[in-house]
Amino acid sequence: MARLIVMGGGVSGHTTATFAKKWLGDDHEVVVVTPNAQWNWIPSNIWVGVGQMQKKDVVFPLAPIYEKAGIDYRQALATEIHPNGKEGSDQPYIVIQSTKEGEEGKTEELEYDYLVNATGPKLNFDATPGLGDGKGQMGTNTVSVCTADHAVHANLELKQVFEKAKKGERQKILVGTGHGMCTCQGAAFEYIFNIEHEARKAGVRDMLDIKWISNESFLGDFGMGGLHMKVGGYAVSSKLFAESLYAERNVDWIIGAHTSKVEKGKIEYELLDGTKHEEAFDFAMLIPPFAGVGFKAYDKDGSDMTDVLFAPNGFMKVDAKYDAGAYENWKASDWPRTYQNPTFDNIFAAGIAFAPPHLISKPMSSPNGTPINPTPPRTGMPAGIIGKAVAHSVCDMIKNGKSAHLHEASMAEMGAACVASAGKGLLDGTAAAMTVYPVVPDFEKYPGTGRDTDYTFGEIGLAGHWIKHILHHMFIYKAKLKPGWTLIPE
Amino acid sequence: MKQEEENFAKSDHFNLTMIPGKFARAMRTCKIWQFFRFLVINIKMLIVVSKSH
Ligand SMILES: Cc1cc2nc3c(=O)[nH]c(=O)nc-3n(C[C@H](O)[C@H](O)[C@H](O)COP(=O)(O)OP(=O)(O)OC[C@H]3O[C@@H](n4cnc5c(N)ncnc54)[C@H](O)[C@@H]3O)c2cc1C
Repeated sequence: MARLIVMGGGVSGHTTATFAKKWLGDDHEVVVVTPNAQWNWIPSNIWVGVGQMQKKDVVFPLAPIYEKAGIDYRQALATEIHPNGKEGSDQPYIVIQSTKEGEEGKTEELEYDYLVNATGPKLNFDATPGLGDGKGQMGTNTVSVCTADHAVHANLELKQVFEKAKKGERQKILVGTGHGMCTCQGAAFEYIFNIEHEARKAGVRDMLDIKWISNESFLGDFGMGGLHMKVGGYAVSSKLFAESLYAERNVDWIIGAHTSKVEKGKIEYELLDGTKHEEAFDFAMLIPPFAGVGFKAYDKDGSDMTDVLFAPNGFMKVDAKYDAGAYENWKASDWPRTYQNPTFDNIFAAGIAFAPPHLISKPMSSPNGTPINPTPPRTGMPAGIIGKAVAHSVCDMIKNGKSAHLHEASMAEMGAACVASAGKGLLDGTAAAMTVYPVVPDFEKYPGTGRDTDYTFGEIGLAGHWIKHILHHMFIYKAKLKPGWTLIPE
Repeated sequence: MKQEEENFAKSDHFNLTMIPGKFARAMRTCKIWQFFRFLVINIKMLIVVSKSH
């Protein structure tokens, strides 16, 4: 009997574990180590953050789902990886630290035959002074919608701003990225337009100045270098459409910005031209930069070998080309295909946890040498598809031996469908429905835009909102492993 | 002045882009048109999803 341990029960890890268990049956063991007791459909946190959904609508308890599936669930943080075992044993293992109520901090060693790292991002608030609390958590100057609890808090703060606006006090809202190296601009984009939509509904829009700040060098970059769509007989850049939406909804913008410091009611930022500025706010939601979750890896003799498994940013090394060099040399083929660690063939990384070979957007920095560019996004669909491909590979290795053919899911060969909410409402909501193909542009195959414009499109409207709402229910249904769950695509 | 034209003057940024007019905005929430777009977008998304798996 082989044992697969999946570290992280988010979008990617949950996909890996549930498919692996389905394919392996009771002949082999699947263990999930994840610190949260509840699964969170993260995209709908946006609606929690504006009071249009409650926390209970976006989370559900993991334990009964894993029990039903026959998955061994450990509510814990994985902290160490020992891929060569220890003195006297070649069996690799990880160290976990319980987060279960009443057992907090209790450590345990868990042996594995195969290990999948799907631990997503560490929300690195402390990378920007004042954004974090100095202890790794969010500070008190801004809010976030990255977790369901953050979103609940954001909504409470937002409601206070709306109350002040109702009393005739002008309020300034700032939404965007809290550092020059952030990703996940899409989430901030959704939040700013949902706030704007709710403000109109609440009759306080005229009392709010709403401003966007981001590290993108142009609006609509989204960390993917933007995209080109065919509209009205033209192939046009997402820049034009993003700018149009911001202008229509009276949301001004600051772009090419590295937020360098956050204080109560004020941020300091540096622009790509090297100039430094300040911006005041009454309410700010700034996405933190992402890093790997900070694993340590040790060799048999106890020596630190973290740098063998992980890139300096803490994400796990996989089969990517990490020495591609300058932007001019970047190729679609630099991107990983199997997500297998190059040193240990029984270790994989899925979703945000893998180290990308380089950015997707053009790298930029200010004359002072401050890098200001979005890091590559790995949204829900790629995270799910990669998780499933990794599950396939591990199952084949377990059943057919280590030389089994590995399944491939390169982000340079897969597309992504993304629906970005711009306001919730069954009859008056809107969302930008987009597809890109492929996610990572391939300029050799598609010279010019890097993507196939027949399969890359975007449009905003009520239909997009309906799709976003249906996806919310569909993905929670799938994650709960209800009848037919395997038929719902990632 | 038409509502959409007001925003052009609010910022230099806004002045250099395009802003949809009344008709384009109405179509975004027109239930019949959006039902048709719902079908079209779903088909397009399913094609991309099937190419990616
Ligand atoms: C507000 C917001 C809105 C978004 N909206 C969209 C959207 O509309 N569409 C879209 O496609 N994508 C969206 N995304 C992105 C999407 O949520 C991510 O792509 C996706 O969650 C990535 O999946 P993942 O499994 O890699 O990471 P996660 O889903 O973050 O899962 C990681 C898991 O690992 C666990 N973990 C962390 N550390 C450890 C450890 N040491 N040991 C064990 N477990 C650990 C975490 O608790 C978590 O459960 C959004 C993101 C945010 C923040």
